[in-house]
Amino acid sequence: MATLNILILVCLGYVVLLFGVAFAADRMAAAGRGRWLRSPVIYTLSLSIYCTAWTFYGAVGNAARSGLEFVTIYLGPTLVMVSWWWGLRKLVRVGRSQRVTSIADLLSSRYGKSNTLAVCVTILAVLGGTPYIALQLQSITLSFSIFAEADTSGLYREGSSVFWVAAGLAMFAILFGTRNLDANERHHGVVTAIALESVVKLFALLAVGIFVVWGVAGGMGPMMDRIDASEIGQWNVDAGRWTTFIFLSAAAFVCLPRMFQVMIVENDDEGHLRTAAWAFPLYLLLMSLFVVPIAVVGLDLLPEGSNPDLFVLTVPLSQGNDWLAMLSFIGGFSSATSMVIVTAMALSTMVSNHVVMPIWLSTQEGSGSISGDVRNIVLMARRVSIAVIMALGYFYYSLSGGGTALSSIGLIAFAGISQILPALVGGLFWRGATRTGALVGLSVGFVLWIYTLLLPGMGAAWMPASILESGPFGLGWLRPQALFGIEGIDPMVHTVMWSLSLNTVAFCVTSLLSFPSPLERLQGAQFVNVFDHSAAPRGWTGSVAQSEDLMIMTQRILGAGPAQEFFQAEAEQQGGRSRLPEPTPGFLNRLERELSGSVGAATAHAMIGQIVGGSSVSVEDLLAVADESAQLLEYSSQLEVKSAELSRTARKLREANTKLTQVSEQKDSFLSQVSHELRTPMTSIRAFSEIMRDTRGLSGTEQTRYAAIIHDEALRLTRLLDDLLDLSVLESGQVSLNVGDDSLRSVLDRAVSSALAGTDEKLAVRRSRASERIPLHTDLDRLGQVFINLISNARKYCESPEPVLTISAHDVGGRLVIDFTDNGSGIPPEAQSMVFEKFARVGGDKAGGAGLGLAICREIMQRLGGEISYLPGQGGAAFRVSLPLAYQQAAQ
Amino acid sequence: MTAEENSEAKPSGPRPSVFLERQSYRRRRLTDAARLLPFLGAALFALPLLWPGQSIEGQAVPLSSAMFYIFACWGGLILVGLIFGVAARRLRTREDPETDTDQWQR
Amino acid sequence: MSRKVLLIEDEPNIAEAIRFLLTREGWQVQTHGDGADALQVIRAANPDLVILDVMLPGKSGMDILRDLREQDGMQSLPVLMLTARGQSRDREMAENAGVSRFMTKPFSNAEVLTAVRDLHAQATRL
Repeated sequence: MATLNILILVCLGYVVLLFGVAFAADRMAAAGRGRWLRSPVIYTLSLSIYCTAWTFYGAVGNAARSGLEFVTIYLGPTLVMVSWWWGLRKLVRVGRSQRVTSIADLLSSRYGKSNTLAVCVTILAVLGGTPYIALQLQSITLSFSIFAEADTSGLYREGSSVFWVAAGLAMFAILFGTRNLDANERHHGVVTAIALESVVKLFALLAVGIFVVWGVAGGMGPMMDRIDASEIGQWNVDAGRWTTFIFLSAAAFVCLPRMFQVMIVENDDEGHLRTAAWAFPLYLLLMSLFVVPIAVVGLDLLPEGSNPDLFVLTVPLSQGNDWLAMLSFIGGFSSATSMVIVTAMALSTMVSNHVVMPIWLSTQEGSGSISGDVRNIVLMARRVSIAVIMALGYFYYSLSGGGTALSSIGLIAFAGISQILPALVGGLFWRGATRTGALVGLSVGFVLWIYTLLLPGMGAAWMPASILESGPFGLGWLRPQALFGIEGIDPMVHTVMWSLSLNTVAFCVTSLLSFPSPLERLQGAQFVNVFDHSAAPRGWTGSVAQSEDLMIMTQRILGAGPAQEFFQAEAEQQGGRSRLPEPTPGFLNRLERELSGSVGAATAHAMIGQIVGGSSVSVEDLLAVADESAQLLEYSSQLEVKSAELSRTARKLREANTKLTQVSEQKDSFLSQVSHELRTPMTSIRAFSEIMRDTRGLSGTEQTRYAAIIHDEALRLTRLLDDLLDLSVLESGQVSLNVGDDSLRSVLDRAVSSALAGTDEKLAVRRSRASERIPLHTDLDRLGQVFINLISNARKYCESPEPVLTISAHDVGGRLVIDFTDNGSGIPPEAQSMVFEKFARVGGDKAGGAGLGLAICREIMQRLGGEISYLPGQGGAAFRVSLPLAYQQAAQ
Repeated sequence: MTAEENSEAKPSGPRPSVFLERQSYRRRRLTDAARLLPFLGAALFALPLLWPGQSIEGQAVPLSSAMFYIFACWGGLILVGLIFGVAARRLRTREDPETDTDQWQR
Repeated sequence: MSRKVLLIEDEPNIAEAIRFLLTREGWQVQTHGDGADALQVIRAANPDLVILDVMLPGKSGMDILRDLREQDGMQSLPVLMLTARGQSRDREMAENAGVSRFMTKPFSNAEVLTAVRDLHAQATRL
């Protein structure tokens, strides 16, 4: 009989081996060697953390109680893996392209980087994960106790052993799970150690199975007879439980934080999925191959009342095969440790990124930029989270006393974590899924899960028997295990059916009714169409962002080396000479993604927002600037109104300040241009008036000519001043619209005659007067002004020998669209984007005004709720004026 | 796409176009089959629900047969998945990797 | 031998005023309204003095001046620069580019004449 001491020695030796393997793998990966560390085999083996101690021990227990039902837990994941092309492929691609760090991060990222959602998922995951960890601790202790019973020395104490196991596992997870921050640098050490553990547990279970079939039963044939003769010897599976469990395990396989960690976060290469698609089901098949034989032999050999959950250990022991029992113990130990380590890692990432960091960031609010070493803070947060999660597991175990049958806790956790499924699947395949929908669906599922499964399972202290029997406040239809009065369903099936279906319904209906934010819509498109990979997630307008501040912040998060490398590469890509890249929107987006690999999407977004938005100017400074002119004040107040939709007013104001800076820069260049436009005619006027004053003997014709020039230039000045005044009134928003009703036809009639009056240039105007019988409800004079401007432009600039302007009106999607197309050469492509800018003149022409006409048109159309744009590729110059149709405008 | 398919098709003799079409056609059908596999699996695993349970005396399916059925289906799925994986890889290595990603991304 | 001035200015009215003033002073005035080929025109005309506007279509006066000063035999050609964007930054830029005299529009006729006379006198004294 193996003594406890030997057992402890073997355990310690095994843990040392794991440490060694993890350490060596980390070293090899760091040195760039060991390509096999990234092989599909390692990936497949790492997936096997799905098989925890619950499956290692509990499957046999389950088989001993209810026959083949245990196999459902393996069939679900098998189907998921076989259908990798439909789901996992997309999930892995999204995870890699968005640099997702956890399942909470994925959902947060998909639903507009919402941290609320991430926090909800984190809470759910911790709630579901803690009993699960406790379950692993329990299994280790139970297996210890089997050996301890036989040991006479009496040194074994259950409580302390659990404590040391928990502490040791926390150490391991901290040492290898929090060495580096970036999700992109994968945890090769941990993954390799897990791969080794999965080989060990498979080997152990196969060894016990082979021993049982050929050593005890005497071969396949006798074994089969024995199975059929046993008390579980007939096919007797409840259809509801069978289907539900297959579905539930499939859902949990995708949603469990630890599975997400190894399957998506640690994935090195999408191609590995292709191998895992058959290799992982094979692993599962091998794991379950001997479960029934072991259960049957256990039921036969062992005395009535012995715990079937421990048959894997007790059967070899009862046959005196101590070494096999020891191997089997190591297998169970492997299952438990690998699950606990990865779960602790995954949960700690979620807790630190979505709970600790946002809280920490909000305490930093107002100091402008990030101070302190963020990298260390994140790492510390993760380490503490791991310790806390392990402690929670330990306390749960010691409080619950470890009484319940192993597999029920596992299934309860599965049902809890599966509540994520609707939001996850919806987020990947449905662009209409919204944050509110996800939150509501998740909450509904979560509450139902707690009410119908978790609380009733925790005993009378949590859920009084009266409620179970007659519902809360005597409302019978609210009985936790018979919702809506439908009785007699298996409690597990009942919970899964109601919680997931109501979750899905709530998610879909709320999504349909709510409206997503722009960021959500962009992220939605990115997720759903991840294989098209087109648009960037969203633009940072980073023209004022400080590259140096970004660099400092990035160094604190990624570490100095990687940060400098990243910035260097970006700078080179931009072709700049400087060591720092320009903060272009593209660069900022890549940086945000890089950072989100370390601290999560929402936090990274907030951090960059702090720097890009806050160019070290306080709110007071901003308000002082805004006070300077009424125009700027209105601008900022408009922004303030908008900021109500946005998360934090302070940050938004800082952003507004950046914009104000830009506006003032634009104002400078505007003033400089105004100065130029004013000084030019003034120069001519001054020069010629001095000539006329100072020069004696000017001829009559000369005098007339010079006076005419002065007159023309004076008119030009007047026009310019009129335009400027018009524009400033329009821009300041102080213009009052004089709304009236008329038909488009008569407005155009007046505009055409006014624009062509008093000119000898012959511009033919083609119109389809029948289609112009559209009622207008708008400022008719202002609209006429736009039309006149467009027609005069055609008159002045259309260089065709027989100039023709075609005006056509249509109704496009509820908007009135009027196109003005001439038959000239049009506007060159490079100038098209500029035509509506102030003082933009194409081709140095000075015949017209100051180049403000189209800028005024644009302002007018904005005031009228419409827009004006240039239509490229129409043969000649083509402008499109669009505005809401009259009846729609009247309805507003 | 055409360029490398031509170069690939050259050694195959006088009728390159036929060979080429069959090749890419087969690959596409293989992808289809791989995509349908989970539905087949789900149907196979749902079948036992139709078996008579213990309630009907003497009619129940013995556990050994049930095990045999489940594990046979399971092994079959794995085998077919493996064949798809290998075949897809083999077809892929003959073509440009870029073409392949397009194919799988569609 | 008559003195030759080349006037590079795209505003026809301003060009006409300056031409009127300088012709009466005895200058032979050639005008040109485009920036893009201004350098070639300067070389071909070989003037005693250049009056250069800053805002020109094709190429800015600043760039023309900078390129001009890099050419052989053009370092000491007197250049009077005119600008309508009265900013001190422009003056600095022009001085760095090697301008001989810098004037902001609108100017008085007397100022132009004085500047032209001074520049010419300096150039002939050398």
